[in-house]
Amino acid sequence: MFTLEYLMGFVATAIINGTPLLFGAVGEILTEKSGNLNLGIPGIMYIGGISGIIGGFLYEHACETAGITPIPILCIIVALLASLLGSTLIALVYSFLTITLKANQNVVGLALTTLGVGLGDFYGGSLLSFFGKDGSIYLEATSKAFKEKIPFLSDSLGLFGQTFFSFGFLVYVAVIIAVIVHFFLKKTRVGLNLRAVGENPATADAAGINVNLYKYLATCIGGAIAGLGGLYFVMDYSVGGWTNGGFGDRGWLAIAIVIFALWRPNTAILSSYIFGGLYVASSYIMGLSGSEKEIIKMLPYIVTIIVLVFVSARKKREHQPPASLGLSYFREER
Amino acid sequence: MNNVAIELRGITKCFGSVVANSNVNLKVYKGEILSLLGENGSGKTTLMNMISGIYHPDQGHILVNGKEVVINSPHDAFEYKIGMIHQHFKLVDLFSAAENVVLGLDGEGRFKLDEIEKQVLEISNKYGFNIDPKKKIYDMSVSEKQTVEIIKVLYRGADILILDEPTAVLTPQETQKLFDILRRMRADGKAIIIITHKLHEVLELSDKVAVLRRGEYIGTVNTAEATEESLTEMMVGKKVELNINRPEPVNPTERLRVMNIDCKNRDGVKLLDNVSFSVNAGEILGIAGIAGSGQRELLEAIAGLQKLDSGSIIYNNPKTGAEEELRDKSPLQIRELGVRLSFVPEDRLGMGLVGNMGVVDNMMLRSYRRGKSIFLERKGPTELANRIIQELEVVTPSAETPVRRLSGGNVQKVLLGREISSSPTLLMAAYPVRGLDINSSYLIYDLLNEQKKKGVAVIFVGEDLDVLIDLCDKILVIGGGCVSDVIDARSTTKNEIGYLMTNTKKGRRASDE
Repeated sequence: MFTLEYLMGFVATAIINGTPLLFGAVGEILTEKSGNLNLGIPGIMYIGGISGIIGGFLYEHACETAGITPIPILCIIVALLASLLGSTLIALVYSFLTITLKANQNVVGLALTTLGVGLGDFYGGSLLSFFGKDGSIYLEATSKAFKEKIPFLSDSLGLFGQTFFSFGFLVYVAVIIAVIVHFFLKKTRVGLNLRAVGENPATADAAGINVNLYKYLATCIGGAIAGLGGLYFVMDYSVGGWTNGGFGDRGWLAIAIVIFALWRPNTAILSSYIFGGLYVASSYIMGLSGSEKEIIKMLPYIVTIIVLVFVSARKKREHQPPASLGLSYFREER
Repeated sequence: MNNVAIELRGITKCFGSVVANSNVNLKVYKGEILSLLGENGSGKTTLMNMISGIYHPDQGHILVNGKEVVINSPHDAFEYKIGMIHQHFKLVDLFSAAENVVLGLDGEGRFKLDEIEKQVLEISNKYGFNIDPKKKIYDMSVSEKQTVEIIKVLYRGADILILDEPTAVLTPQETQKLFDILRRMRADGKAIIIITHKLHEVLELSDKVAVLRRGEYIGTVNTAEATEESLTEMMVGKKVELNINRPEPVNPTERLRVMNIDCKNRDGVKLLDNVSFSVNAGEILGIAGIAGSGQRELLEAIAGLQKLDSGSIIYNNPKTGAEEELRDKSPLQIRELGVRLSFVPEDRLGMGLVGNMGVVDNMMLRSYRRGKSIFLERKGPTELANRIIQELEVVTPSAETPVRRLSGGNVQKVLLGREISSSPTLLMAAYPVRGLDINSSYLIYDLLNEQKKKGVAVIFVGEDLDVLIDLCDKILVIGGGCVSDVIDARSTTKNEIGYLMTNTKKGRRASDE
């Protein structure tokens, strides 16, 4: 039963399931490094998904009406831009409310998650009922473009190539973004400044850093990255289809990975794949009853809690969340 | 004229209806150290914040090197080569010294931390600092953190340095080291402004002294022509007797005996290590030590707020003559034993008083359990509140005004007044004059002396060694949770205390390793 093919199949599924989480986690890490605890990430990822669907649908629909075949590269560009626009807009709302108006970050974040899921279901549902065939839509051309395999590597390296080079390009983009963010935070001046903003905004301010600008940029770019997770989910994982609520609790899982990975983007890569694996492990272990499957689905959250307990007990300074995470910054005034 | 580094002309700043600075004129030359002297609330820090770009003056001009400038942000201040070293350090704990130094700078080319570390070392060698650029801030002592702050502004090329109460947290030895460095910078042609209210430091270090009083500029004098008395007169506006009374203790008997107490924090680090001492009735025992050496834990242990791992705390009840064990008892149990203990904690509005309640309600924190009815009895506390306001000259609109709206000195008077009113037999006060002006400080010293004369055993935790030496009978020096020594305040010197603060018996062994 546990053949090599079976195992590699599981690894591939873990990576596929881990990729939306990786986008979400890296986006949230970048956001949290600026001291903003954006609990709106699940909503932002949801919006990233539906915006991509709407963009892709509009393009494919226009092509259909005009009677031409959609061009793959345009499919990707349109869906990508639509997704980035949608998720960045929600992140901008979050930024405006928490940074400029100094509203409570937890409340705003949770509200935006509710709003994002609601908006997604509203537009998704409308799309399905107006244009859906048999109550469902599939963006065939767009999805095909997103799922395109790496031409040469995928079929020349045997099982290895089939497992690791057969994904759509967003899987690799996720890893590249994680590595870039890691180097950005560790090795650049701007990254150093950003970390200072999240640790001690008053110090950053006194050092001449524009705290609000940094917070805005980190939150919006982080939101855009997280939105890509939603886009990957709808275009690649769901083959260009939309179901209301289909994204599930992946957004929360992404936030759990931020803690699990101790706010390090490089660690988030493997963590996301582990979580992706745990997320689907229940269907890979045969002969499980319904309740046992539910228990296995809980594993990622239980693991996160255990990590959290260990990290707080060890108290290593480098492993703690950014010191001013969740706090609005007021410049001292009399 | 070319040698004027920075000049202020007619600077005025108001916060709402409060005038923080009015018509201040100041001139600092290159290669000169100017002390800015004034009591708390006299507008020293506000003035300096205007130079460093945090506030903007309502009126007046700032001239740097003879040219008028507008400083809108800390960033602008760097451009004009002005660097401020704040009293509360602006450092990111998680970063290394070098990372903090380079924070917020736009550099050319690739970001190479090892090169910055090299430059930090160069500056460090030039002025005689001693710093490891790779060391994380959270591993540093207060004096090291200050060094990083100074290097930070030097790295930015500052020619005008402003230091806000730099010696408040340093031991006498560290202070001397800092002064040597400042003198070297002066020789290097830098203009230095140092904000302080320690008169002897002003006289020792600076070339000129500028005095502010309640936001108003009083004048600038050459240090060589000034004395402590003349400066105080300028600062306060009237002659102040600068001598602290020290009545001879009458018939001292042992009131409290602390024996071999130990306590650890959650990480297992020892906060108190085998501490033993005793306090006599009718005496003031001073406790000296670098901030965070276990003073707080020691007082809290006696007050029943800190769990101990071993040892015992024995109280001799002067009424019954009985010996009571205070260890592992709650504050309520301690009171029920008949121990009349008063505690003025360091954190006045956090542990001592409730900021949002008025003076009367704060009095009731001590007495609300009395009375048989389920309703509170307010008459007694109201009388007490009014008596304290009158006798201690507390400035407050009414006895019901939330105490957080009172100034630091008045808050302290309310707290000390309440604690003394319960006629204690043991009084513990932690940093009771911190943040208070000269007049209020002397009032507090008088109150403590009054208690001493009544036969109360007083424990006084202080940071100003001059005051400790003048006020106390004995001084317990604590370092890293260990007792270094208990010395006679009448025959000791500041240097001896400073040495003991940093060189405990334990500490010496640790540093040899």
